[in-house]
Amino acid sequence: MSKRIGMEIALAAAEAAALCRPDVIAAYPITPNTHVPEHLSEIVAEGRLDAEFITVESEHSAMSACAGASGAGARAFTATSSQGLLYMAEILAIISSMRLPVVMIIGNRALSGPLSIWNDHSDIMSQRDIGWISLFAANGQETVDMTIQAFKIAEHPDVMLPTNVNLDGFQLTHVVEPMLMPDQEEVDRFLPPFKPFAALNPDDPVTLGALGLPDIYTEACKSREEVLLNSKKVILEVWKEWEEQFGRKYEPIEPYEAEDAEVLMLTMGSMGETAEMAIDELRKEGMKAGLLKLKLWRPFPFEELKEAVKGAKVLVVTDRCLSYGGAGGPVALEVRSALYEEKKRPVILNYIIGLGGRDVMVDHFMEMIRTAAKADAERPEKAYEIYGVRE
Amino acid sequence: MNTAKQYRSGLVENFDLYAPKLVDKEEYFAAGHRACQGCGEALAIRLMCKALGRDTVIVNATGCMEVISTMYPTTAWKLPWMHVAFPNAAAVASGVEAGLKVLRRKGKIKDRYVKTVGIGGDGGTVDIGLQALSGAMERGHDMLYVCFDNEAYMNTGIQRSGATPFGASTTTAPPGKASRGNRTWKKNMPEMMVAHNIPYVATACHSYPIDFMNKVKKARSIKGPSYIHCLSVCPTGWRCDSKSCIKMGRLAVETGAFPLYEVENGKYRLSADMPETLRPLEDYIKLQGRFRHLTPDEIGYFQERVKLEYKKLMTKVKSSR
Ligand SMILES: Cc1ncc(C[n+]2csc(CCOP(=O)(O)OP(=O)(O)O)c2C)c(N)n1
Repeated sequence: MSKRIGMEIALAAAEAAALCRPDVIAAYPITPNTHVPEHLSEIVAEGRLDAEFITVESEHSAMSACAGASGAGARAFTATSSQGLLYMAEILAIISSMRLPVVMIIGNRALSGPLSIWNDHSDIMSQRDIGWISLFAANGQETVDMTIQAFKIAEHPDVMLPTNVNLDGFQLTHVVEPMLMPDQEEVDRFLPPFKPFAALNPDDPVTLGALGLPDIYTEACKSREEVLLNSKKVILEVWKEWEEQFGRKYEPIEPYEAEDAEVLMLTMGSMGETAEMAIDELRKEGMKAGLLKLKLWRPFPFEELKEAVKGAKVLVVTDRCLSYGGAGGPVALEVRSALYEEKKRPVILNYIIGLGGRDVMVDHFMEMIRTAAKADAERPEKAYEIYGVRE
Repeated sequence: MNTAKQYRSGLVENFDLYAPKLVDKEEYFAAGHRACQGCGEALAIRLMCKALGRDTVIVNATGCMEVISTMYPTTAWKLPWMHVAFPNAAAVASGVEAGLKVLRRKGKIKDRYVKTVGIGGDGGTVDIGLQALSGAMERGHDMLYVCFDNEAYMNTGIQRSGATPFGASTTTAPPGKASRGNRTWKKNMPEMMVAHNIPYVATACHSYPIDFMNKVKKARSIKGPSYIHCLSVCPTGWRCDSKSCIKMGRLAVETGAFPLYEVENGKYRLSADMPETLRPLEDYIKLQGRFRHLTPDEIGYFQERVKLEYKKLMTKVKSSR
């Protein structure tokens, strides 16, 4: 039976990963994800988990070793942040192209420079188009749950794609929260053993990672796109099973007070919890404000988004990343594209918030929503605004 | 002495004696791949596979060998084979080795010994792949890594690498009014591997097939990390006759430009094929277009440095006795 625990979320993530019985863990230290691999190495050292823990000499090698392990037919896990994710970048898209279902936790952190160990989403957003499934957790419980779900989604025979679970650095990784931790029997019941469709076996030799000439490369891309789009079906199925077994509901976009809302805010990651408090305050004032919490970033839930914003006049999209020289934050770009063809769509505002660990308080969210509420009548001049810049 | 005659006697004699009994008839690296005529690297891989046998997994760095052997949907590999990228063959092999080990321990795969072997060109080994290789060796994975050293980035068109010899002309180290080709001395990769305190390091060349295969077999039998640095003649990049591949490898060895030796648990031993006295370096370099621009002075320096390096090696060999 699940146990109620109070634990630092990074440690809980490691406990959750261990419950999935990974065969190989390869990781390299970088703040703020480091407690995840540290704790896993402890779990292995204590003999609670039978796994090979490879203390690689870089993140490039961490992801490469995961590729090798997965190719050998083993369940492979890693975790990283920021510069580490970028150091892996070369390998990330190769892994999805080879359909190796590696699972990775990303303790999201700003990219240097200037050097910052604090949180935003610029690390994963720079690796947006790599063909991985991307989930975003808003709190400790979601971190634990999504870590376990990630293995089942990634290794589903109709998917076989690497999956990353994003949790905000410090704001989640280093925070102690109460959580329900499933037990081994429950996880074993939920998560079947990994069955690779091709593995490095001398009895049945395969060539993994062949060269693709122009006559095949486009088709390889198309098949990766198809399988990533189709993975949404499996993700929804897995979330349904999770709800049936553990009673906690997951959906691509989780609404909060959204049903009759005229002004909707959209967040991704831990800031959703602060934004909820802002919504509560505004509701008390009589404003019809609501919140959408995006949990599934890739594949992007286009249909669910269209449905969720149907009644709203204004949609405030928050981004913790900026696409320099582009049209704002990556979430807003996606949302605008998703809604562009809709006959009736809300006015969309984009605030870039919380860069490099900048705090965003309840008051700030309230101010953003209040300003946005006026945008229905008065169209905003700018496509986006970096919120709270000190003059 | 007529060199051609000398080769014939040396090489063929060995083969008559050993080859039929010792060499696996099975081809694990099949014909029909797209290597250039006279490619020493492809030959070396074929020999290596025969010495390794079927219970082997190969992890290949990006480079000529990966490109010529796996043009989708074809493959030359009859061994399980994996390629991920250019700099990471040793890291991928670390994962394969760890994966096979844990799966075997947990009873998820057959309980039998399968050797993991990482391979790469000199660029993929001594330059961009050095960090991954150093990590893998230092961690002590049960893996053999073989560097097929053709002395430049050949796949991308003969650019210099850290293993390019002194004076060689490459597409990024061309001779000209202000330059004399590659100015640096070849990085001593086997010595760097020795410094990792691994149980077995050897140099080899496809022109000495029995010696090379014996070294591969020895490395395979070691439960731990081992490294073989195999000089692989590239007629295309070296600007020499494609039919001169075997001869060129032998000249590299006989002149001391590429000595054959083993280091077992820190003890150096010269391989049996090394001659008593070294031939003049010019016998080797005059046959290659990449050294054509060198002046007598430069050749003189090159020769002296080869002798010096050989002397340093011999000191280690002698002190190991
Ligand atoms: C990160 C990265 N940088 C550069 C390349 C381009 N590249 C592919 S193969 C190669 C050269 C390979 O040279 P080497 O390792 O010596 O092997 P060879 O082709 O000579 O056998 C280069 C530079 C690449 N694939 N990846």
